[in-house]
Amino acid sequence: MDDFVSESDSEYASYWRDWFISSRGNEYFCEIDEDYLTDRFNLTGLNTEVQYYQYALDLVTDVFDLDCDDDMRETIEKSARHLYGLVHARYIVTTRGLAKMLDKYKKADFGKCPRVMCHSHPLLPMGLSDLPNMKPVKLYCARCEDIYNPKSSRHATIDGAYFGTSFHNIIFQVYPALIPAKSTERYVPRVYGFKVHAAAALVRWQNNQRDDMRRRLRKMEVDSGFKEGDDDIEGDEDDDLEEDEEIGIGEGGEAVVAGGVGGVAGHAGAIA
Amino acid sequence: MSTSSGSPESWISSFCSLLGHEYFAEVSEEFIEDDFNLTGLQTQVAMYKEALEMILDVEPEDDDEDEEDEEEEDEDVSGDGHDGTALARDHHGERRHHSRIASDLSVIESSAEMLYGLIHQRFICSRTGIQLMSEKYELGHFGVCPRTNCNQTRTLPVGLSDIPGEDTVKLFCPSCLDVYVPPNSRFQTVDGAFFGRTFGALFLLTFPEYDLSKAGTETVTSLTRASPNDESGVMLNGVYTNNIAPGLGAGKIYEPRIYGFRVSELARSGPRMQWLRKKPTDITVLDEAKRFAEEHGGESEDDDESMNLNGQVAAATTSPSSQRRRVGGSNAKLRQQRQKQNGSPMAIETNGAESEL
Repeated sequence: MDDFVSESDSEYASYWRDWFISSRGNEYFCEIDEDYLTDRFNLTGLNTEVQYYQYALDLVTDVFDLDCDDDMRETIEKSARHLYGLVHARYIVTTRGLAKMLDKYKKADFGKCPRVMCHSHPLLPMGLSDLPNMKPVKLYCARCEDIYNPKSSRHATIDGAYFGTSFHNIIFQVYPALIPAKSTERYVPRVYGFKVHAAAALVRWQNNQRDDMRRRLRKMEVDSGFKEGDDDIEGDEDDDLEEDEEIGIGEGGEAVVAGGVGGVAGHAGAIA
Repeated sequence: MSTSSGSPESWISSFCSLLGHEYFAEVSEEFIEDDFNLTGLQTQVAMYKEALEMILDVEPEDDDEDEEDEEEEDEDVSGDGHDGTALARDHHGERRHHSRIASDLSVIESSAEMLYGLIHQRFICSRTGIQLMSEKYELGHFGVCPRTNCNQTRTLPVGLSDIPGEDTVKLFCPSCLDVYVPPNSRFQTVDGAFFGRTFGALFLLTFPEYDLSKAGTETVTSLTRASPNDESGVMLNGVYTNNIAPGLGAGKIYEPRIYGFRVSELARSGPRMQWLRKKPTDITVLDEAKRFAEEHGGESEDDDESMNLNGQVAAATTSPSSQRRRVGGSNAKLRQQRQKQNGSPMAIETNGAESEL
């Protein structure tokens, strides 16, 4: 991208930010444009949130020249990181910010989904709150639409507000082509090949919920986004009927092979 | 690696203490020594006999001690019904000598690891094995669920296949009933078949009283012991209701929002996967047998039991031969009744549309 080149060309221009995003633990952050940082409008309200706001801003924009002791320097440094994070939350929902984060997403800089059925789908960072010091950063998987804790403890301490609650949803509104195909593939607990009754009953109920949703969407003529092969709701019947023996534990503590009760999803689909 | 002389550590404990082998339990020697437990493994593992000797530490560690080893071998050979002629012995000794070459040792080593893994798969489903694994579970050796709404509950190591070489070990979270890739890459060299598909679910059936909602940092508590009169003791479908996917359901599902507004289901980028994390608010909805009985109470033609909607079955009228097994509780009675109604697997339908088919 053009602005990447121009920035790295102007040697010392982004010294602090370069250092910040390349330091260990800050892999989730992208570099905020100089233009964005110097536009006061973009910083509205942050002066009350950040201690030594002006010094911190000077440090971030590399115009800091205050002569002070190490303690003071350290405090300002901390404020600068906080300020950078808060501006970052605003920046990444702008067109250029989204593009930068998209690049990082494609490189899987934020890690990959730990869920086996998501097949290492890349994650996006997100916050559970837009207010700072509430919740640490979480990772969102667009494939299973769930949130996960970062693997590494150095990421687990980053404030979630530095990414915000909206960014990861906005990026898919702006780039709808990126929405991954959804899959009905899932794990079913089994004992010697038999499904476990309690879990299987829940799975059947969930499958019903899914089919209800897909019927709702079809009625509204909205694409449900499931993979081609999964598109046939009625097709689920076969799966259920094939493997309809289950194991359960009766109240007496004995294993009981219950007669299969499959096909709920399939029949419900047939009725609609 | 075979144990070095002087070290009291067995092959098994050194194997289990290797980096990346934290999930393994130490298989007891009695279990391995029982041939019944090894049925069928001969054909799956190359150099089976040598591998087994390595696991059990009956093998000498030096070439110099070959003779000792040969004697042992001879016993085995004669035990197999061969007559111990000099010729056979010479031939055997020769083969044996070749097998002691260093490169072969690494083959045996990897065979031993494979064999140990396959035995381990069976062992952790045995009474002693699952007990050992429960101790490791309590100590949090298997890690915690990465899903935010599961609140760091303990996971269990599982395989997605029982056949070695197909996939690596995964972690099963009983709180969301899903499987995850272990966070550390060192587990990506551990074969999932060494844990098998059965262990995870069998563990929950064997120890139904663990409070599955407890985080890995907290100590494990038992569900019923703490509060016998509390409703946490209620069972459904064979498990405590509190233990049916405690990480799922209302409040535990991520709702996408933009500037505080929920993203509509009708949006192209709207939520499509929430069903995966849903759970009925009224958990008794999952008692399919009871629901079926309530909805089909008086209608079924071949219903030869007098039954009312409270699930009271007049057991005296049922012929014992038609019952598979007597289990206490109305739930089980209903299940029996269902089995009687229709001998073949059948579908249960919420609105009763199936009953006439």
